Amino acid sequence: MSLVIEFDEVSYRYSSGTPVLDNFSLTIESGETLALVGRSGMGKSTILKLINRLLVPEAGIVRVDGRATNDWDAIHLRRHVGYILQEVGLFPHLTVAQNIGIVPKLENWQKPKIDQRVEEMLGLVGLESKIFRDRFPRELSGGQRQRVGVARALAADPPILLMDEPFGALDPLTRVELHREFQNIQSQLRKTIVLVTHDMNEAFALGTKIGVLANGKLAALETPQQIVKSDNPEVTIFLNALSGIPFSDNSNLNSRN
Amino acid sequence: MRLIEFWLNHRNEFLAALTQHLLLVILSTGVAVIIGIPFGIIASRHKRLGQTLLGLASIVQTIPSLAMFGFLIPLPFIGGIGVKAALIVLILYALLPVIQTTLSGIRGIDPVIREAGLALGMTDWQLLFQVELPLALNSIFTGIRVATVVGVGTATIAAGIGAGGLGEYIFRGIASVDNVVILAGAIPAALLALGADFLLGSFAKNLAPERRQAKKPILIIASTAIAIALTIIVALRFGNQSKENLIVIGGKGFTEQFILGELIAQTIERNTSLTVIRKLDLGDTLICETAINSGEIDAYVEYTGTAFTTVFKQPIINDSNEILRRVSESYAATGRVMLPPLGFNNTFAILVRGAEARKLGLRTISEAAVHSPKWQAGFGPAFLDREDGYRGLVQAYGLRFAQAPKAMNLALTYRGLADGQLDLIAGDSTNGLIDKLDLFMLEDDRKYFPPYQAVPILRKETLQRQPQLKTVIEKLAGKISEKEMRQMNYAADVEHQDPAAIARNFLNQHPEIGNPK
Repeated sequence: MSLVIEFDEVSYRYSSGTPVLDNFSLTIESGETLALVGRSGMGKSTILKLINRLLVPEAGIVRVDGRATNDWDAIHLRRHVGYILQEVGLFPHLTVAQNIGIVPKLENWQKPKIDQRVEEMLGLVGLESKIFRDRFPRELSGGQRQRVGVARALAADPPILLMDEPFGALDPLTRVELHREFQNIQSQLRKTIVLVTHDMNEAFALGTKIGVLANGKLAALETPQQIVKSDNPEVTIFLNALSGIPFSDNSNLNSRN
Repeated sequence: MRLIEFWLNHRNEFLAALTQHLLLVILSTGVAVIIGIPFGIIASRHKRLGQTLLGLASIVQTIPSLAMFGFLIPLPFIGGIGVKAALIVLILYALLPVIQTTLSGIRGIDPVIREAGLALGMTDWQLLFQVELPLALNSIFTGIRVATVVGVGTATIAAGIGAGGLGEYIFRGIASVDNVVILAGAIPAALLALGADFLLGSFAKNLAPERRQAKKPILIIASTAIAIALTIIVALRFGNQSKENLIVIGGKGFTEQFILGELIAQTIERNTSLTVIRKLDLGDTLICETAINSGEIDAYVEYTGTAFTTVFKQPIINDSNEILRRVSESYAATGRVMLPPLGFNNTFAILVRGAEARKLGLRTISEAAVHSPKWQAGFGPAFLDREDGYRGLVQAYGLRFAQAPKAMNLALTYRGLADGQLDLIAGDSTNGLIDKLDLFMLEDDRKYFPPYQAVPILRKETLQRQPQLKTVIEKLAGKISEKEMRQMNYAADVEHQDPAAIARNFLNQHPEIGNPK
């Protein structure tokens, strides 16, 4: 399998001066779903933003498809990489259909083609087109909004998908339901996915590989099968959280820490 | 109701003033929106520049509008009198709310939405036009609404520099102490402000996201149509008049000046084929002086004593022939031509209540000086200021008052005197209110006040362009006696006749000046 995303000794610090990543290296292969876990403030979101160049590294190189992000046209890069956030960030003044069709529209697709794509996407994320396509975001539940967010990110068929705690704000039942649908979608589409979470359950449910972040470095990068056998203390903290409370809510994990 | 009668009698004039008022507000708010929204956008992207812009706009907002119109008069290009200067002031006032609401509308957008837009691969322009501006639209609309309502109010003051509009009635009403005329301008202005607020408010409701979709094309078509229609109206109004055959008559904005301006204008209309524009409410001497120098007006009627002291800054003398000669020379030396006097002399009249004069047996200013320490005096700002005004008068007669004299609008001092709030004022000897309010004019027994003969002043360039104007206006020379002027002022101030009609009556009684066409 070919390398799709590569972090080569990347350092980054917040504008306040606090270092986040320190000589951080990571490789992600095509078709893989990497679940990055780590405590708050460990730089999980920073890693995602370095990939689509919402942020640029202070030192080192981030490569996408073998090319440094600095050498990409930022707009082209971002349309090549889908992005899904916990807060979703749907445009409140656009309907569901317009939100999903936004990137195809930016890419100057013909209107019938956009319409067709929107229908496809609604079907993919399990929303009835007749009911939902003309609704505004404020008329949706949290789970429905996140489905639209996923559909919007996938509309122009980007080969890479970044997900920043995508299901973190949802209630546990909805979250599990969306996990199942996500697995279903991924089995059809085979995207290269980087998923950030602080929920070990989610990492095990979705990841083909799990990376554990600690102190600006990658403490472990293993398959789920290997990671349960790990005796690395940074890893066992998360494993302990998992063993006690299966499908736990985030707040439980935080109180453990 | 006299008010409704007034509107009906002045139907055409009123509609023209209303249209002019609307045009001033719509044009100025429109330009402010076109400038203000980009400024707001820039401010949302460059913090320091944004604060500077907002700061400047806030400073402009704190300048009283009357002062702002005053500042602009002497400035080249943007300044002067008339519609252009008024629009500049109105635009400046409308800018702040538009910039502010654009900025706060964009700043108020959830950062997650902006991040989502960027992450989806929007360029800055796409983010601006597809996300930020649509979401800021409601806020921007509030700004436009505020700017429009403020504009309706401020535009009333624009009449003071000859821009017309409903303020013309307010100024004219104050000048002739006629509440009906004031209300004739003030009520529609207030209704206009309320109406604009309501209309724009209900328009904004249609901009709510879930409704916007359906109405968008209609809104765009409607607003484009309105914009085109307005442009055509404006073009017809201001573009169609060739400067060659246009004569602009100015006036200082009090009753007598309205009548004299009409007399000059109608005399020109009766004897030539020129188009005459009237800008008769320009406020005071220095505004007229600036306006005739800059070519904003071609002619107006000045008074010799005022020209001698206020315009040419000469110390007072009392010899009327000497003043006439020297004022004429001074005008000739500064690009103007003074034509022969119209006849009457409108000197300052030191006035007391008739009842008071009869009770105390007063006839002259000297006799009044004995009683003045118990009195409250009130004067127009010009009288307090000018060389031949208050200071010299006090010295000449040894006058003393209970307190420092009140500075107030000249027209209001008549009412103040009649109501007993003031005991002595300096009015005009030809003012019709003297009889109406039973006021008594004290004799200037020490001959303090210089003569104030009314003389038409013309731009030399105008005469070169239209040489026949000299003989035409000279037909009025010596034709108006002091008594006739006082009667005409009385007709306007007391009988509420229209200055244009009063001038027409006068000219009809003097067929040698010229017959109506």
